[in-house]
Amino acid sequence: MKFLFAPGFTSSGPVHVALALGAMVAIVSALVGVFTVVRSQSFAGHALTDVATAGGAGAGYLGVNALAGFVVGSLTGGVAMETIGVHRVRSRDVATGIVLGAATGCSALFFYLAANAGSSTGSTQRILFGSLFEVAPDTLPIVGLLSVVTVAALALIGRALLLSSVSPEMATVGGISTRSVGVIFMLTLAVSVGLSSVAIGAILSTALLIGPAASALRMARTIRGAMLLACVLGVVATSLGVLLAYDSYNWSSRHTPLPVSFFVVVVVVVTYALTYVPVLRRRATTGRS
Amino acid sequence: MFSGFMLNAWESGTLVAIVAGIVGFFVVLRGSAFPAHAIPNGAFAGAAGANLIGINPLLGLGLFSLLAALGIGSWGRRGRPDVVTALALVLMLALGAAFLSQSSAYEPEIYALLFGEILGVSSSQLVPLMALGVICAIAIAVLYRPLLVTSLIPDVAAAHGMSTTTIDTAFLIIVAMATTMTVPVVGALLIFTLMMGPPAAARSLSSRPSLALGLSVVIAVGVMWASIASAFQWNWPVGFFVGTYSAIAYAIARLISLRPRTRTRTLYRAHTH
Amino acid sequence: MTTTPTSRSLVPVLEVDDVSVTFGGRAVLDHVSFEIAPGEFTGLIGSNGVGKTTLLRVILGLQKTTSGTIRVLGQPLRHRSRSLGYVPQKVILDPDVPLRARDLVALGVDAHRFGLRRRSREDKDRVEEMLDAVDALGFADARVGSLSGGEQQRVLIAHALISRPSLLLLDEPLANLDPKSVQEIVALLHRVSVQHDVAVLLSAHEMNALLPVMDRIVYVTNGKAASGTTEEVVRTDVLSELYGHHVDVLQLHGRVLVVAEPSADTDHLPSHATLHLD
Repeated sequence: MKFLFAPGFTSSGPVHVALALGAMVAIVSALVGVFTVVRSQSFAGHALTDVATAGGAGAGYLGVNALAGFVVGSLTGGVAMETIGVHRVRSRDVATGIVLGAATGCSALFFYLAANAGSSTGSTQRILFGSLFEVAPDTLPIVGLLSVVTVAALALIGRALLLSSVSPEMATVGGISTRSVGVIFMLTLAVSVGLSSVAIGAILSTALLIGPAASALRMARTIRGAMLLACVLGVVATSLGVLLAYDSYNWSSRHTPLPVSFFVVVVVVVTYALTYVPVLRRRATTGRS
Repeated sequence: MFSGFMLNAWESGTLVAIVAGIVGFFVVLRGSAFPAHAIPNGAFAGAAGANLIGINPLLGLGLFSLLAALGIGSWGRRGRPDVVTALALVLMLALGAAFLSQSSAYEPEIYALLFGEILGVSSSQLVPLMALGVICAIAIAVLYRPLLVTSLIPDVAAAHGMSTTTIDTAFLIIVAMATTMTVPVVGALLIFTLMMGPPAAARSLSSRPSLALGLSVVIAVGVMWASIASAFQWNWPVGFFVGTYSAIAYAIARLISLRPRTRTRTLYRAHTH
Repeated sequence: MTTTPTSRSLVPVLEVDDVSVTFGGRAVLDHVSFEIAPGEFTGLIGSNGVGKTTLLRVILGLQKTTSGTIRVLGQPLRHRSRSLGYVPQKVILDPDVPLRARDLVALGVDAHRFGLRRRSREDKDRVEEMLDAVDALGFADARVGSLSGGEQQRVLIAHALISRPSLLLLDEPLANLDPKSVQEIVALLHRVSVQHDVAVLLSAHEMNALLPVMDRIVYVTNGKAASGTTEEVVRTDVLSELYGHHVDVLQLHGRVLVVAEPSADTDHLPSHATLHLD
């Protein structure tokens, strides 16, 4: 066990916070992610991470809590994209791209201003790539609350969302307001991006959103199964990331640990690649009797 | 404003804008916004890696953006393209973050890689920049019609024996080259802005491909010049202005295109034969 | 279902009253009127681009009318009327999405209800019953994205049917199907219409496959429509007036052909002039 768990791993306070936060964030991201992938909104989800970056950078400059910056940023981005037309498939990519670009410009400005004001050493790196070990324990309750609200909202609109992803017309005729469902989903997406930005960094949060969900969708037989599996995969990825990053301190003689986010992303991508190994793939696509 | 290092900024900025205007036009036309966003992020990892092992950053940039392009091109056909693109993107970024954590890069260097340092372009960088720009322009000129046809009517193109997958990959390689030349100037995160805003604006203004392509270049160069001038004036990062002005250009173009015009007539003329 | 059998037999399931739709000064639908009685099997026939899809969208409440009214079961069309069941031609879904045929049918029961919900034994039985009604039990556990056009069509019909609509609307269900599947779907729809007491309105650009089952035809061209039984509508004088120039209606081995007079002005040839001799 010493080989796997480096000394102090199980008793370290930051490790506990990192594991708890990682698990919560992974679960929210996985659930929202399943719908993001089914609706082919990966790009929109990713664009929100860039807007969250701008929010985080702005918070860094103003000296506000980064989580507030991430969430406010991605919520604003979500509303902006919804307004200029992500709901129309044809102009979706362009609308997303424009918002993304403008947000990146703002990030450039905020990081620059923050650096000039000398208010934050290393904040660029922390906001972009995250550092789960440096999260303040008092962030946990807020993250928990936002997670619960997001999951509840998703439970409320889940089936309507699913049908409107299959066919907006069928959903409308079946008595669903596809527009409101779309807007509510965009908000849950924005919050989950904000949350995962705290955990693995704003521009890497796409990994937790898309990766576990896409892998689970390839392996599960039902949507419900995919949601469960995605949660498990997400929690495994963040926990493994924390563990490996903690261990990596001892890997080189210079004692420069690798970032948690790097390991989380690697685990997520390797998992997705593994779903292409035939044995691991259920033959659900041909489930005819 | 037009002397010494500023002259380099004007020259490199103009070059980058022209290439971004041309390549971006096809990015918008083909709906490749997401890959075009992902490839520069791959380039970021390359530059960070080159920094770590101490080789020419341009080499790392080129290698990794090429890898990203080929990876997205080949794997994307087997899985869901948007998912594969997203995962390739974060993997590259995470690698970049890992490289940075192992090297002793200062914050300004990381910042420059991501958001560009146009005022820091040296005269010696102009030559490779120009060479890559010319190669991109030639490649686009050679592939102009196949690119148009495969984007607009893929089925017809396939029936004429054009391999859409080959053209897809070729195009992603062009994006990779354009990225390699532009990342040192405007940064990994911002080149995408320049490839999106001006072409999208141009597309709303004209339905004639050649005119829209020309407009796209003109708008890109205009955005770039205005950004450099503003950055010089207010001493804020040029990337902020590139992002803002691109979005403004797009908004204005959309407003203009909403006015009733004679567009329907040109559309119908095309259908009578 | 709140309507009693007596009121159902009196009130038409659908009344389209003097409906016009104008896009940019061009009339896509030009004062269209017709009614559908309960349980009636109606074909909405016309070539591509004559306004069939617009008419369906108007009835479904997905498209606003410029003038005129639509009533479903005597009630003015509200935006979300669950007395209508809609079957799109196909849905585009990645085969990677683990949504089985039975899941899609079940969404017809409760997709419009908010919150978590455990599906009752009754719901599950009803899903099974619907899958059986459309002969889809054989691929009930296959993913929707991996089904063929004909298979998807059946699942979509079951999805629409499970909410017990009074009128089933289908958008070109027969397009892109092979001749055998066309016959199967038509027979299936007719059976379902009788067994579940539901009126059917389906759009098609070819009427011959529907002739044996159609109670009523709504023939659309250039935004205008003529409605009645096949004998009343598919006649040389009626269709000539509708087209605005002379067309001949020919009967051939129980098939109907609508043919324009040979003329220099071939632009106005109705597309039914093509012979179907399969």
